[in-house]
Amino acid sequence: MDHFPGTWGRPRNDVYGAYDPSYLQSTGPKTHTTSPAVTGTSVIGVKFNGGVVLATDNLASYGSLARFTDTKRLRIFGNKAVVGFGGDVSDMQYIDRLLESIDIRENYSSHGNMLNAKNLHTYLAKVFYKRRSEFNPLWNHVLVAGFDGEGKPFLSSADLLGTTFSAPHLATGFGAHLAVPILRRLFPEEKPTEEISQEEAVDALKQCLKVLFYRDARSLDKYSIAVITQEGIDLKEDEQLEGQSWAFAERIKGYGAQTV
Amino acid sequence: MTSIGTGYDLSNSVFSPDGRNFQVEYAVKAVENGGTAIGIRCKDGVVLAVEKIITSKLLKPGANKRIATVDRHVGIVSAGLVPDGRHFVSRARDEASSWRGTYKGPIPTSALANRLGGYVQAYTLYSSVRPFGVTSIVGGWDSEAELAVDGQVGSGPKSGAGGKVEGAKAGGPGLYMIEPSGLYWGYYGAATGKGRQAAKAELEKLDLSSEKLSLLDGVKEAARIIYVAHEDSKDKEFELEMSWISSLDGPTKGRHEEVPKDILEEAEKAARRALDDDEEEEDKGAGEQMEE
Repeated sequence: MDHFPGTWGRPRNDVYGAYDPSYLQSTGPKTHTTSPAVTGTSVIGVKFNGGVVLATDNLASYGSLARFTDTKRLRIFGNKAVVGFGGDVSDMQYIDRLLESIDIRENYSSHGNMLNAKNLHTYLAKVFYKRRSEFNPLWNHVLVAGFDGEGKPFLSSADLLGTTFSAPHLATGFGAHLAVPILRRLFPEEKPTEEISQEEAVDALKQCLKVLFYRDARSLDKYSIAVITQEGIDLKEDEQLEGQSWAFAERIKGYGAQTV
Repeated sequence: MTSIGTGYDLSNSVFSPDGRNFQVEYAVKAVENGGTAIGIRCKDGVVLAVEKIITSKLLKPGANKRIATVDRHVGIVSAGLVPDGRHFVSRARDEASSWRGTYKGPIPTSALANRLGGYVQAYTLYSSVRPFGVTSIVGGWDSEAELAVDGQVGSGPKSGAGGKVEGAKAGGPGLYMIEPSGLYWGYYGAATGKGRQAAKAELEKLDLSSEKLSLLDGVKEAARIIYVAHEDSKDKEFELEMSWISSLDGPTKGRHEEVPKDILEEAEKAARRALDDDEEEEDKGAGEQMEE
């Protein structure tokens, strides 16, 4: 067994001779923008009757190091929409400034900023697609929450390739694997969004955040949550996970004080 | 102007022997024909107002705004050639945006006035261009609270080194007026355009330098002053356009916005009433004199 994953799939030295490193390019295009550095993990969102709720934890990881623990990954755009960012944090800052400049320019017209969450999502997806087509992607997976042009709750995702996806509940990153099954169990397809109350949606997200904190090693127990209704946006950025129980962990091999 | 017609006024950027730049002076003349524009620097905000002469009955009332927003916290109103004013505003927006690009925050009103002054002055230096045919009033509110850097993601450690002075006063209102020469000063109250003399006289009565006038009173005074300044061109109808920028805890939360319709209408009503009262008093005064 070869214990070095880095050599898996490579021609074996004992068969083919040592790899000739002169073939490695030392010049060429910049490639550091094609991988993230400081990252945020999952973003989760649920539509309910009359609005959308969005949540992320407050962690920005540097590789596996929990580097920044007060990161604000939910960003308000023009008092109308919230964008939740997963992925590279510096790219998030770039996009945040980009959206800020758009909001300022929109307000120059006499009727103010007319862009709703749906417009914003279309725009962001196009920005992502343009950048990946230039081989210089913005390394994010975002959820955009707010209202569409008809005033109906809107929730949609866009990723670093420009792919878009929409559903009544969504999660990015690890949450796509861990939170979506919970949300599907709580809010099955037969149950229309109109029958989901704000409290139910918020509780579901809190439950998901807890599971994510249990099982996602790049997550944190401090989180932000934004409730978007027609009345406005209620953003809380310094929340703490409650009611944790780590009893289940005792049975996990490799965790805690097991000797065998 | 004795040296007019001596050839020194034919090209921009050329001095006359007695040290004048005629093209700039002619630009000032263009401003003096424009609708009156004023700005008042109050203790908790800034008001901008302009007298819009209605040049055609076919123009939609309330449309064709003359006060423009720059970034979120600055307003610009100008008297003179309207297209020159638009270009001026466009430049101001570019400057504000480039400031954000560099410093990741809103441009201070004083810095914006400085850059715009430099820009306007450059148009007095070359024979290939003409000076701006506008005098512009730039009003803004610099945030008194500590602002987050654009795109700021966290606030960092709560303890450790820091060089912050506790209780230092920051921000506040700013009001500047930029003339075609590029000259700009900061003002407590600024007026330009046709009715500037009357407007200035009224502004001086307000005792603005004591910084006691509130923004809401400033709005009423601004409306009244525009109405007073309009007295000399009474035959023409006009529309009053007003905007304001308040402190962060005021009605606009540090943003430049149009004065809401109800407040504007109330201010206009009060302005008309004040004018009528003045006239009555004058009539009375004249009557008494007759009796004597």
